[in-house]
Amino acid sequence: MISIKNLHKSFGDLEVLKGIDLEVELGKVIVIIGPSGSGKTTLLRCLNLLEIPSSGAIEIDDHLMNFNGKEIPQKKIVSFRSLTGMVFQNYNLFPHKTALENVMEGPVIVKGIPKKQAKEKAIQLLNKVGLADKIDDYPFQLSGGQQQRVGIARAMGIEPKVMLFDEPTSALDPELVGDVLQVMKDLAEEGMTMVVVTHEMRFAKEVADEIVFIDHGEIVEKGTPNEIFTHPQHERTRRFLEQIHPLSNNNEH
Amino acid sequence: MFLLNSIFQDPERFDQLVSIAQSSLLPMVKGAIKYTIPLTIITFVLGLILAILTALARISSSKILNTIARIYVSIIRGTPLLVQLFIIFYGLPNLGFTIDPFPSAIIGFSLNVGAYASEIIRAAILSIPKGQWEAGYSIGMNRTQTLKRIIFPQAVRVSIPPLSNTFISLVKDTSLASLVLVSEMFRKAQEIASTNYEFLLLYSEVAILYWIICTVLSIIQGRIESRLDRYVSK
Repeated sequence: MISIKNLHKSFGDLEVLKGIDLEVELGKVIVIIGPSGSGKTTLLRCLNLLEIPSSGAIEIDDHLMNFNGKEIPQKKIVSFRSLTGMVFQNYNLFPHKTALENVMEGPVIVKGIPKKQAKEKAIQLLNKVGLADKIDDYPFQLSGGQQQRVGIARAMGIEPKVMLFDEPTSALDPELVGDVLQVMKDLAEEGMTMVVVTHEMRFAKEVADEIVFIDHGEIVEKGTPNEIFTHPQHERTRRFLEQIHPLSNNNEH
Repeated sequence: MFLLNSIFQDPERFDQLVSIAQSSLLPMVKGAIKYTIPLTIITFVLGLILAILTALARISSSKILNTIARIYVSIIRGTPLLVQLFIIFYGLPNLGFTIDPFPSAIIGFSLNVGAYASEIIRAAILSIPKGQWEAGYSIGMNRTQTLKRIIFPQAVRVSIPPLSNTFISLVKDTSLASLVLVSEMFRKAQEIASTNYEFLLLYSEVAILYWIICTVLSIIQGRIESRLDRYVSK
């Protein structure tokens, strides 16, 4: 379970998160939506401490982190971070390593798993994301969609409790989005706990257990996809949904 | 022109020049093999180690290390190499440290390469996108692991062309070691020229030898680059 309590984050004078409270149950898929600059990516990055929150607390799987502006020892950050796997908007694959080496890097270097064992598991993961025939390719030889799927396999490689997705399909050509979303759906069906920042409303509708709408660093409202998409309670939510997808109130199925 | 005229007017003069060129070749090549090349290689290796340490100090969060590295780079880059060599070889004996010509040259050139190359390595490290650090962190690596496994290998690729420049400059700069009495290639040329006064011939000959060494090095550089480029789309 993830529990976020009164989380604040400021960059200098700019307060990006203004007290976020959120609970995510194990095995659930949470989709965070909101206008750009609303703080949704910052919230996600706070969950694995790529940004250190200014104040508040985060608890993941019984590991509690309190933030009070003091510096946190690197060891503590590293161990807390390994509870989550992060998938980046721009994939951020290691360009000097093959797909297989990208996935093996974490298990071998961080967890000290023997190479042979790590390799077997990495091959399994790459197989799962549909890239069994690309394991020896370097990132530049892969399409954006394939790179992102390696990114997902790499994040899964460290066996995280929670998977975090930061706009995983935003940088992709439209025809490549489907494969990545399919991999994410499969993960959700296997019961992976996921926090996803995305603009893919269709994915949100189909896969999310809960939608969280964030604006100006605050949670405006949250609810099931049905509640948010068909009966948004707040004017801000309604306006956002109309802007991002004029048809989002119609049923597309 | 005078040289050419005299050659054409006088075949005996031509033969004489050829024979001087031939007989001086061996001592010069010896000077290169005994001093110029070892001086270059030893200095470059030591300089690179110094450069990596300095670059790490510059990107570290430690203020003291950062300041020491800055001062070092500033002094070396802000003063002439020849002056540095003179301070080490002719100056330090006044303090009771007498260092032989060859070690003096090694110290002077290493300090020099260390300062210049540290800026190259620092810039290469900084040129790697922030996302690479974050990707390293996101799979549980700490700062040192990320630097070593993710950032540094990519930075090496970026820094090969400018470091090759430094290396080739170094080959030529070693001729300054002649002024602190190292009998390297250029000093050999000077010594021979001072006995027969064929300055143009001997200095041209030594220039060609430097050019050959540098050309070979450029070819090696190209090979290394194409090998390191295997993971980059062309």
